[in-house]
Amino acid sequence: MSRAIFAKKLGMTQVFTDAGKAVPVTVLLAPPCRVVRVKTDAQDGYQAAVVAIGSRRKASRPVAGQTKALGITPERIRELRGLDGSIEAGHELTVDQFEAGAKVDVSGLTKGKGFSGVIKRWNFHRGPMGHGSKYHRRTGSLGPRMSGGGGKVFRGRKMPGRYGHELVTVQNLVVVAVHGDQQLILVQGAVPGPRGTLLKITDAIKGRVRA
Amino acid sequence: MRIQAIEAAQKRQDLPAFRAGDAVRVWVKVREGNRERLQAFEGDVIRRRGGGLGETFTVRRVSYGIGIERTFPSHSPAIDRVELVRQGDVRRARLYYLRELSGKAARIKERRS
Repeated sequence: MSRAIFAKKLGMTQVFTDAGKAVPVTVLLAPPCRVVRVKTDAQDGYQAAVVAIGSRRKASRPVAGQTKALGITPERIRELRGLDGSIEAGHELTVDQFEAGAKVDVSGLTKGKGFSGVIKRWNFHRGPMGHGSKYHRRTGSLGPRMSGGGGKVFRGRKMPGRYGHELVTVQNLVVVAVHGDQQLILVQGAVPGPRGTLLKITDAIKGRVRA
Repeated sequence: MRIQAIEAAQKRQDLPAFRAGDAVRVWVKVREGNRERLQAFEGDVIRRRGGGLGETFTVRRVSYGIGIERTFPSHSPAIDRVELVRQGDVRRARLYYLRELSGKAARIKERRS
């Protein structure tokens, strides 16, 4: 069954392999997450584990109501689906589930880019910057829509607007190292979001774990 | 910070102090099949860039009339050791001008302390 944990992005650095190759890694901090409650088909209509993340002096009241039985005061709670069926409330999810060499998917909210133009947001090409062009980073034609009288723009037309701060999953990242004593997990490559962002690490949905 | 701890654990303290203009001999671990041997690369340091774990330095030598430049990550475990051969007296940190020079003109004055 699939494994999962929530983590905080600490930042990037590099790690040398024994062969002297430098591998770019993202360092993720994943303190143990307690399972607060298991949702079942019978009771809730779907299966999920409600998981407590982080800890603070006093939990918010909606969270406190759910975690009172365990006596913990987490920062927030989230649901995880597709976990092992044998998991019960009180169970602890730790980084030690994962081992170096495993492939994982990492999801989180990307950095917000604000109101962005069409070049950054949709990878449009820009116009010439010189030779009297005066057409640099504009959206361009929105295209014809002649039938039915014309004068309309098709739905879904790529235009400027809010970009970033969206849920993105990076697939098949390789776990480079796991430091259980420090609750750290090192993953090869970049992950979404700024430092300090909350991320979900799960077993890769596509990759097979290599022995 | 934990990232600094991860980096500190990999940093090597055994390299001699050297700077651009110095001549060094870098002993590189070369893997041939499953045998490992050391290979020396000797030349002038023409650049040291970056800081922390990502620092690199570039060594230039002229071999059979061909200029060879090799850039090494300073903290790479592939480097067995670095020997300081000679200290150079240069006035800049990046010695790219050596590429345009050859023969006697490409020599670096030795620094006497």
